[in-house]
Amino acid sequence: MTTDTVEPVVAADYKSGIRGTDRPPGRGDLGMALIFILPALIGFLVFYVYPFFRGFYFSLTRYNLLGTPHYIGFDNFTKLFQDKLFWNALVVTVEYVVINIVLQTILAVAIAVLMHRLTQSTVVRGLILLPFLISNVIAAMLWFWLLDYQIGLVNEFIAAIGLNKIAFFGDAAWAIPTIAVVNVWRHMGYTALLVFAGLQTIPGYVYEAAAVDGSTEWKSFWRITLPLLRPILALVLVITVTGSFQVFDTVAVTTRGGPGNASRVMQYYIYQKGFTEGQFGYASALSVILFIILAAVALFQLRILRAGESDLA
Amino acid sequence: MATTTTAPSRAAEVAAKPEAKRINAGRIAAWVAMIILILITLFPFYWMLRTALSTSKSLFSDPTSLMPVDFTWGAFKRVLGLSTPVQAIAEGGSGAAVNFWLFLRNSIVYATLTTAGQVFFSALAAYAFARLRWPGRDKVFFIFLTALMIPPIFVALPNFILIKNLGLLNTFPGLILPYFFMTPFAIFFLRQFFLGISKEIEEAAKLDGAGHWLIFFRIILPMSWAPIITLFILTFITQWNEYFWPLLVGSNDKTRVLTVALGVFRSQTPQGSPDWAGLMAAVLVAALPILILFFAFAKKIVNSIGFSGMK
Repeated sequence: MTTDTVEPVVAADYKSGIRGTDRPPGRGDLGMALIFILPALIGFLVFYVYPFFRGFYFSLTRYNLLGTPHYIGFDNFTKLFQDKLFWNALVVTVEYVVINIVLQTILAVAIAVLMHRLTQSTVVRGLILLPFLISNVIAAMLWFWLLDYQIGLVNEFIAAIGLNKIAFFGDAAWAIPTIAVVNVWRHMGYTALLVFAGLQTIPGYVYEAAAVDGSTEWKSFWRITLPLLRPILALVLVITVTGSFQVFDTVAVTTRGGPGNASRVMQYYIYQKGFTEGQFGYASALSVILFIILAAVALFQLRILRAGESDLA
Repeated sequence: MATTTTAPSRAAEVAAKPEAKRINAGRIAAWVAMIILILITLFPFYWMLRTALSTSKSLFSDPTSLMPVDFTWGAFKRVLGLSTPVQAIAEGGSGAAVNFWLFLRNSIVYATLTTAGQVFFSALAAYAFARLRWPGRDKVFFIFLTALMIPPIFVALPNFILIKNLGLLNTFPGLILPYFFMTPFAIFFLRQFFLGISKEIEEAAKLDGAGHWLIFFRIILPMSWAPIITLFILTFITQWNEYFWPLLVGSNDKTRVLTVALGVFRSQTPQGSPDWAGLMAAVLVAALPILILFFAFAKKIVNSIGFSGMK
């Protein structure tokens, strides 16, 4: 199958960086190249570069969407640091990210190692991936029903084993963990497949050598698999953590920030400020903060996990 | 983790012939763990179907039955607008008209057009980055790639203003334009494959006097149909599931897509006794196009998720 060649090509070239063909760049095809990249270049300039700088500009303005933006310097940011709801959103979002990422990473590595050890079957990988293919909105509605207080299956089960029913989305203490777990359910298969692809880059002879030395499967996992997986796991974590910080859909469909402010995550707060309350400048300032946090977290992760280096010398 | 501790020792596995893998307690425990994980993945889908085929009002009498309670196609008929308001209310629905077919059409238009434009224009750009020689090429490519680091919401706010000022709110052009020309990921993805195509065929074509357009359409595209289809499917799924941007830009019936409509549908259900059968039928029908696409191209989709799948 031609599709089977897809992965190695990409994986191999991923490491070789961004260099193109070996031919030294000359002036030769410049005119032609301009024509070929023109549509993409227009899209890039208009919908990425322009809004990127404009986003910073809006954060320095008062703008209610109806009039014109009014420059006010750093007022939005001074206001922001005294805004209890902003700090609440930050705390709630971090709580969500921690629960979501810890659970998701453990489960994804477990699934990937199990698949790697037990079966290479495409059917199993396909089934594991299935929740990722439906939208956040659908996953949220499905679990809203499964976790319903009155007749949701999970609460029926909890009641059947003699415990008290839980208002998963209605209880301030449960809202964020619940939303985090729903999104673990949707994303763990996808993350597992990324880790699985990483596992396939570890050469078999490493395990064989370890086995000859009497290493058990358990020891091999901690001493070989995890260390060699580190660079790939680092990249996977940068992707999943950055994505996790931008949780929105599930909150918007289920709790809408509540109960109280218990699940008012950053992106939902930005959305409310900008589009419900019409404070667009303030919403832009919030999104600048979110952007800075994301960039810092990504850089920090790459540094800590030394993503660029492999232990497989 | 229990799942890996109990797996057979590597030595035993190396010693055993590959076709006759050792069956022991560890392996069985690992399979049990795997099957539990697959069940956790799949059971909610079954519960969706079971609920959709039940009568909403009867769900309260038997919330745990594995089979549909009081079997009926009523919920699907309600969602697809095939039942009268009287019938709908009798079965626990709201009786309000549901514009499902319109939202389905909107989703199809939105996802198809964004995907087609994005893949085609990204392919053109990827060709220039992979196969043409021009000064600054790799620098420009690097700048394109850095856009991967910008969180979508950060550009979504100013893009909303742009679309609003252009008078394109609640229109398809407004919904589609930001995704129509490129994504950094699509260019990155296709460039990898174009780089891998042998230069000899291209040189031969050049000797025969073929220009770059001919080479692109007659050689590069046909030789890369597999990754292009893969990218098309992945992009289509992403766009079909997109919620935030259509929520901002497509808020009237004419442009509302299914994800947004489902959110509205859900917020309109009464607090006391929601029409669960109707909700699950709606959710199932909305997921159906993707599920069909998935079962048709499962192998392609699954195999494409490696390091290419990072977005």
